Parts: sequence; structure tokens; C-alpha cells
Amino acid sequence: MSDGIENEIEGSEKIGYFGDFGGRFVPEPLMYALAELDAELKKALASKLFRQQLGNLLRSYAGRPTPLYFAESMTEELGGARIYLKREDLCHTGSHKINNTLGQCLLTRSMGKKRVIAETGAGQHGVACATAAALLNLECCVYMGEVDVERQAMNVFRMELLGAEVRPVKSGSRTLKDAINEALRDWVANVNSTHYCIGSVVGPYPFPGMVGKFQEVIGVETADQVTAAEGRLPDMIVACVGGGSNSMGIFSAFAGKGPKLVGVEAGGTGDGPGEHGSTLCLGEVGVLHGAMSYLLQDEAGQIAETHSVSAGLDYPGVGPEHSYLKEHGLAEYTSVRDTEALEAAKFLSAREGIIPALESSHAVAYAMDKAPEMGKEACIVICLSGRGDKDLDIIRRCG
Amino acid sequence: MSGRITTMFNRLEGGRAALITYATGLFPGRKESARLIKAMLDSGSDAVEIGLPFSDPVIDGPVIQESSRLALENGATPGGVLELVSEIRKETEKPVMIMSYYNPILKYGLSCFARDAAGAGADGIIIPDLPVEEMGPWKEESDREGLETVCFCSVTTTDERISLVSSMTTGFMYCISLLGTTGIRDTVNPELFPFIERVRRNSECPVAVGIGISNPRQCTEVGKVSDGVIVGSALVKTVIDGKGVDGVGRLVRSLAESLRENGETHNS
Repeated sequence: MSDGIENEIEGSEKIGYFGDFGGRFVPEPLMYALAELDAELKKALASKLFRQQLGNLLRSYAGRPTPLYFAESMTEELGGARIYLKREDLCHTGSHKINNTLGQCLLTRSMGKKRVIAETGAGQHGVACATAAALLNLECCVYMGEVDVERQAMNVFRMELLGAEVRPVKSGSRTLKDAINEALRDWVANVNSTHYCIGSVVGPYPFPGMVGKFQEVIGVETADQVTAAEGRLPDMIVACVGGGSNSMGIFSAFAGKGPKLVGVEAGGTGDGPGEHGSTLCLGEVGVLHGAMSYLLQDEAGQIAETHSVSAGLDYPGVGPEHSYLKEHGLAEYTSVRDTEALEAAKFLSAREGIIPALESSHAVAYAMDKAPEMGKEACIVICLSGRGDKDLDIIRRCG
Repeated sequence: MSGRITTMFNRLEGGRAALITYATGLFPGRKESARLIKAMLDSGSDAVEIGLPFSDPVIDGPVIQESSRLALENGATPGGVLELVSEIRKETEKPVMIMSYYNPILKYGLSCFARDAAGAGADGIIIPDLPVEEMGPWKEESDREGLETVCFCSVTTTDERISLVSSMTTGFMYCISLLGTTGIRDTVNPELFPFIERVRRNSECPVAVGIGISNPRQCTEVGKVSDGVIVGSALVKTVIDGKGVDGVGRLVRSLAESLRENGETHNS
């Protein structure tokens, strides 16, 4: 396991790689910005002041630590393993995304830059970035696929209310992948004044390790909380994987320490091309958005269209560290269909009074399937990465 | 190595800069694409870059994005582009280069692609999302096949890095004229000139300037300080606007003319 900062793994000779995955596959104008960011990040993480500032914001503004909640009714109903929910849905702005945007927006200020850009799928990262930008007085521009602008209209309004400009992206599949393309183009053009606040553990070095570092607070808290509650580490950690930031955040504290780590991808409507977002389960290794990692492509190396009921998992790539964990058997990756995720959302809402984001519902669905097979002494932690208010329309439409 | 690209730079009359033109491969269709490229070469282009379309072209602006999308919709594949290269090679001794992104080449297989591109008669490959740090595996294959690999510098590239890029690039150094994606601009970015001076101080190889060079006036200006000028989006836009082979031929002639006038001024 890397420490997430140096982003180098023992035995890996190349800078910015997790084994064979990662790297910096970007146009030359951005190489300078990546080097600058790398230097600034190392300085910031070594600085007591930066760590204090970020720690204070996470506590007083974002609402950390988030609770680890024992889902007693759910556990009883399923009749197997004891189920805990790591309540990232209770973070300010409704998801774990704020952990990362506060970190990156603070860094933006240390670099003397006045503008941040972001991509967003479901709108969660866009809202979190717009929020941190408002707080830290940065200009903010969010790229969002036209399809997502339509299916997440309330989050568009939320970002605008926070003072951000939302630019609908009309190219390609008009979803998250294309929003990242457009943000990269903006960054190439405005690299001197702008920081690209990427929302997941994807992109060129040092982004995957940096976002992982800002998200590792999820796992660190969970380890303490579950040890306090159970007197031991859990048997299984389950988290959804789109780009993979909430899963990386919770996995990193547990990798190689015993608990089985399970990443749940978007199974969509089937295993055919364009029907899912199961990058690690069904993809191949290639280069997308600046990193060598698993991706979904056709036989000519063109990036595939994807589908998921949850905009945040509707992505043909995945963070390079997940590819590393998969390749080395340190985590297991599986997928859950749209319909199962929707059922899980309804179940958790009715049973526990918690409406989960459809992304997180994929993790819930997997746990619902596995918990009954495990003994009552077993213990599962689900990373409940976000709340489901943004998905109410979709859940309602799907009956 | 003294391939067609080096020969071209050595033989330019009157110290003028070379005109390198870009066409998205197989856009708008197979036959039209071949006709457009031949028209460019016949109208005074010294070399051509043929784009192998990619679904997610992050260094490209709206014009080349659109042409790539349409080419892919019409069934463009790496194999099809290689056939096109091979057809063009039969018609010309001028340098022919392939420009694409890393993923389609990686998927094709680095050694297979290098072998087939060389076999089709390509002289060089340009991969804008493959910086020198990541270039090792590809470079090994392209060197083996005698293909040139053209590397990039931009205004954000430090002096030290210019030396590094210079040690890796073959054929020429592709200098990006501005911070931004490919596309049409009216004027030349004033930062280009001190940047080219820095490149000259830190590198010996021929320098070609591209991205944002669209009209004869810009060619004249940039041709005074560079060994080559690369024009892409303005030509693709001419095709998108329906001006066809004639329109592209006219634009290439006016661009070539502007560079020749430069050469004559140099001589006088």
C-alpha cells in the first residue's frame, strides 16, 4: 500500500505509479501545473498550519467526525452479520466530497491561484467544490454533462446559489467523462490562474494520491469507531466505486489488515457494451484522463459509453490505485444492477429512516445480499457516501 | 537518422519555414479524406499530419472534436487510417505523420502500431497526451521501426525541460503557440516569441509551431522565427463549412504563399 502522498510503491521505479497503474498522460502544457501541484502538496502536508486549518474546517464546517451507526433494524431484518453505516451522508453538502474540496481549495489558495474548476456527475462534487470555493473566496466553474444537468437539476441550482458558474457539456456522451475532458481543456487554457479540483482518485499524478489522502479521514475514523464498538476490526468493508474516492478513503486504513475490502461498481442494466459502468469487473487496462488504469473501451481503443442509474458511477474509468488493489488481490470488485440499487435505497429508507444516494445504494445492495450468508458474530461496514435527496425524482419515477 | 522530415527541413528554399498541414483521417469519408490530403500536398503543403480520431481528444478544440466524432461515426478505425497513409505514401515523397492519442495506439499494441505505421509509409508519430516521462515504451518501438516521434514544448515548459524534450524528440520539436486547445485564432500570442527564443537557446532541433495558427498573416509572423508552421483547425473548418477540396486547396496555397514571401525577404 502506498502512503498516498509520495504515491510510489516499493518496487515501482516510475514516479507517480501504483505498480503498473497511474502516471501522467497529459498534454505538455499541464506538466508544469502537475509539478507545481506536487511540490505544493508536499509542502502543505508537511505544514502544521495547513493540517490545522484543514482539520478545523473538517470539524467545524464539514461536520466531522461523521458517526458510525449500527443499523440494528437492517441487521435484524437480514438476520446475519452486524451492519454498520459510516455516515458520510451527514457531511456538509451531503456527501464525502467535501473532505477533498476543502483540502484542494485550501491548496489552491496556497498556490496563489484565484480560480478553481471542477467536473461533476451527480452534482455532489460540483456542490462540494462550489461550497469550498464560496467559503474560501475562490471563483468556481463547474463542468457538467448535459444529460446530468437534466437529471440533477436541483444540484445545478444549488451550485449557482453558491456562486459557481455551471457549464453544460454537450460533447461526447454528455456525462461525467465528457465533463472531465472539458475541464482538462479549460485547465490547459488557464493553467496559470486556475487549479483543477478533480473530484475523485482519478487523473494524472499527483491527483489520485492527493484525493486519496484527503479522503483517508473516512477510514481512519471508521477504524477507531468500529474498534470502540466491536473491540476489533470488521470482517468486511463495502463501498461503491465510480472513480473510487469514497472507497479509497475507507479502504486505505484497512488494506492488508484483515477486513475483506469490496468495491461495488455500477452493473447498470446488463453486461453488454454501454449498459453498465463496471470498469474493474469488465474493462481492460488503458489510458484515460491522464492515467493508466482499467477502462471501458471498444476494440479500436475508443472509450465506451456507459450507463448507470446513478450519475456518479456513470464513468468508463477508475482510479489507478483501485487497479493496483485489484491486480494484487488486495480488494475485490463486483457490481450491482440498477434495479438492485433502487431496491436497496427503498429498503434503507423504510427500515432505517436513511435515504441513501443511489451511488451508495450499490454498496448497500451488495451488503444486503451478503449479510445473511455471514454469521451473526460477523461485522460489515458500509460506506454510506452520500444522501439520496438528489435522487428522489429518479427513485420516484422507477416506482 | 536522416528521414524525410529531416530532409524536408534541410531543403527548404531561401530559409523559409515549412508548411505542415493537418487533416482528420477519414473525415468526412474515406475517399474525400484522401482527396483533401492530396490537394494539400499539391497546393504547397510541405508535409501532412493525418489524425487518427479518438473519442476523447483533450487537446483538441470544438472543430477537431467534431471532425473526429463524425469520422468515428462513419466507422474510422486505426486500420483504416493506416490504409489511408499507405495510399498517400504512393503519391508523395513528402513527410507523412500520424497524430493520435495514446489509448488507441496502446490498444492496437505499441509494437504492432509502430510496425504497421512504418509499413504504411508514415515518417513520424505525434501523440499529444504522451509526455516524455511516459514515452519510454513507445519510443523503444518507434525507434526500432525507424519512425520519428515528435515531442511537444509549450510556454509553460521550463528551460531544463526543453533540453529534456529536445533529447527525446526526433524530426522536430512541436511548439504549442499558446495555452489552449487546437482551434482558430486571429492573432499570434505575443508570448510565443520569447518562448521560441528559449527553445532555440536550449535545443538544436528544428522548431515547428502549431495550435492556434490559422491564417496567412499569422504564418508570415510565426514563419519568421520558426522552421515550420502547423495549421489544422482552419483547414478542418473549411471542410466542415462545405468548401471542399477547392476551399482547402485555396487556403493551403495562401498559407504556402505567405511563407514563401518570408523566405524571399530573408534572402534579400
